[in-house]
Amino acid sequence: MEDVKKNVPEQEHNEDEKSLKGTFASVMLLAGFLIASWAGVFLLFMDRV
Amino acid sequence: MHRLEEIWLSVSAGVLVLFMVIVGYQAFALGMGPPSHQETIDPQKVDETEPFDEPGVYETGENEYEVVMTLQAFSFTPNEIEVPAGAEVTFTMTSKDVTHGFQVAGTNINAMVMPGHIQKITHTFKEPGNYLVLCNEYCGTGHQLMSTEIMVK
Amino acid sequence: MAKPLKEIIKDDPKKALGVNPEDAKISKVYISVAFITLLIGGLLGLLQGLERGGLLQLPSWLNYYQVLTAHGVLLILIFTATFSIGYLYAGFSHTIGGLLPKVRKMAWTGLGLMLFGTALVVATIVMNEASVLYTFYPPMAASPIFYIGLVFVVLGIWSCAFGVFINYNHWRKNHKGEVTPLFAFFTMGIFILWFFGSLGVTVEVFMLIPWSMGLTETINVMVSRTLFWSFGHTLVNVWYLIATSAWYVAVPKLIDGKVFSDKLARVVVILLVILNIPGGFHHQIIDPGISETVKFLHVFMSVAIAFPSLMTAFAMFAVFERAGRKKGGKGLFGWFKKLPWGDVRFLAPMIAMIAFIPGGAGGLINTSNQMNQVVHNTLWVVGHFHITVGVTVVLTFFGICYWLIPYISKRKLTPQMNRLGIIQTIVWTVGMLLMSGSQHLVGLLGDPRRTSYTTYGEHETALSWIPYEYVMAFGATLLLVGVIIQVYAVFNMMFFAPKGETEFPVGEEEAGAEKTPFWTERWSLWIILLLMVVAMAYVVPIVDFVVNAPPGSPPIKTW
Repeated sequence: MEDVKKNVPEQEHNEDEKSLKGTFASVMLLAGFLIASWAGVFLLFMDRV
Repeated sequence: MHRLEEIWLSVSAGVLVLFMVIVGYQAFALGMGPPSHQETIDPQKVDETEPFDEPGVYETGENEYEVVMTLQAFSFTPNEIEVPAGAEVTFTMTSKDVTHGFQVAGTNINAMVMPGHIQKITHTFKEPGNYLVLCNEYCGTGHQLMSTEIMVK
Repeated sequence: MAKPLKEIIKDDPKKALGVNPEDAKISKVYISVAFITLLIGGLLGLLQGLERGGLLQLPSWLNYYQVLTAHGVLLILIFTATFSIGYLYAGFSHTIGGLLPKVRKMAWTGLGLMLFGTALVVATIVMNEASVLYTFYPPMAASPIFYIGLVFVVLGIWSCAFGVFINYNHWRKNHKGEVTPLFAFFTMGIFILWFFGSLGVTVEVFMLIPWSMGLTETINVMVSRTLFWSFGHTLVNVWYLIATSAWYVAVPKLIDGKVFSDKLARVVVILLVILNIPGGFHHQIIDPGISETVKFLHVFMSVAIAFPSLMTAFAMFAVFERAGRKKGGKGLFGWFKKLPWGDVRFLAPMIAMIAFIPGGAGGLINTSNQMNQVVHNTLWVVGHFHITVGVTVVLTFFGICYWLIPYISKRKLTPQMNRLGIIQTIVWTVGMLLMSGSQHLVGLLGDPRRTSYTTYGEHETALSWIPYEYVMAFGATLLLVGVIIQVYAVFNMMFFAPKGETEFPVGEEEAGAEKTPFWTERWSLWIILLLMVVAMAYVVPIVDFVVNAPPGSPPIKTW
């Protein structure tokens, strides 16, 4: 029983270190920027048609 | 591969494909593609070759015009263009010397004009005003002087 | 905490012996040439920025278009090439254990050829015989000496390319079945793309030389333009690969992190090498004479090239997140703050990477078929390439200096130099933000590029551009300050910094990472695929240009 208690915090610590959630959030923001800027110029193009 | 990486690669590929589908549909189904005229001409005989032997503004239909234009360092001919608001204007152009660009600021009119090639671009001038036309491809010492105006009444 | 020398030599002989002095000399000279060129080219850039804003009138013997031609050629061709060769040769030598003597000779030969070529090119520009800009579009015709000078510059680069090919093959023969070090792999990919990418423009220049001499009467304008852009476009991706070699190999080590995936980095290189050249028509989207279908094919290829960059974005964020979390960063973005922002060797490439977000976004917009009509030949394009080359590539180069130059000079990076580097990075970033930002905006309003100061007869549209042009001029001034600081830092670190050993940072993979498969080394296959893809994209239009050509154009001098 003691072993189980010791292992869980260790596992959590390791998993947190390996997490790529921040990476995923960052590239999603990047994609958002790509879409927003592209849409901006697209709308400008359409406005001038 | 990490699951989040796989999702990212699918999302980003999807975004790129979406861009292509939108502009591709516009270009090929709605005819809104970039100016890509295929006709050619002898660049040293422009003044003798129709229609460039008589450049000018011609009415071709109900509120439809054709501007037959020659470009050279450093002017546009004709350089007095007046059309009514709502006019659909097709510019038929060639160069008598080097490569020039034809751009009307504030519109999507932007086309390269090469010697030896005839270029066409069409635009409907919905708003009245005084539009600045300029050459946007470096063509020599007077490049920054190469401009004219389109008066839309 | 010094280990006994015997142990160091056993464990890591390269570390004990440091940089090979013969190889280091090559890099030191190339990089010195690079930064002298940057100083001149940067000064010319300021003259342009001031003239454009109506704040300076250039003399008749040095007009705007001469300055523009020189600025473009010196920075886009000479500075980038000489720095890159100095950097790549140093890393290549380090990771494969030193250059062969004959390869060293090829590097020196390359330098001689490039310097001779540059002298010819600059002379003709100064004499106002070559005010044709970096793109030298016919039928504008420069002096034949201008084109001959360009040939020598390209031959110099090829000499260095073949040096790398020879040395790479030599390493492979002595390490059968082994995957090459990642930096060497990048170097190989870079020079392959550089070589094949420059074949088209070489053919073009060999057609222009007799034409400019009057030996042939006319030139095919569309073929020339197309051949140029098969090179011009590829070159920017050569630079991108050079910058990313530092991101993938050096930056993880510099932040006490790990390489995210060696295999992914190699796949990025392979994709960029194969898919690159057939994007050239995105510079010709509004040209006559090219069918919409062929244009769209190139548009598609250009958009596809964004994909390896998006892979790189994920990989780099992953390196940062893992490194930051190891240092205690918590939560979704806590790792971001744990990165070594006070270390110029991280700060500069990091800003370079972030700049690629708007840079790449702008690129996607530029290549989106008819949307190109909004921006072609406007200052938007100038803003775009100053962010991509000027920040993503050049700021990476600047950041590299702070470990590369101490490494090849057997000196150390001092805290003072690091602080100066941080200041330089900030000055550069602000300058570029102001200049490139205003260029993007005023370009959307129609302000053309490559045009000297004008109000088009006081036209109200042109007058509305002037405030933006003032901001551009101010940004350009900051950039010259940045150039001066960087040139000072480079020569300080090379000759005056305290002596010592600086390590060449090579990142290691995480423990338990999958082994890089050997099929990545099949360069002959990648080259064949490259040629097939180029054929797919270029054979039909070029044959069409030749078979359906109008009468050609004679040489014309409009300046």
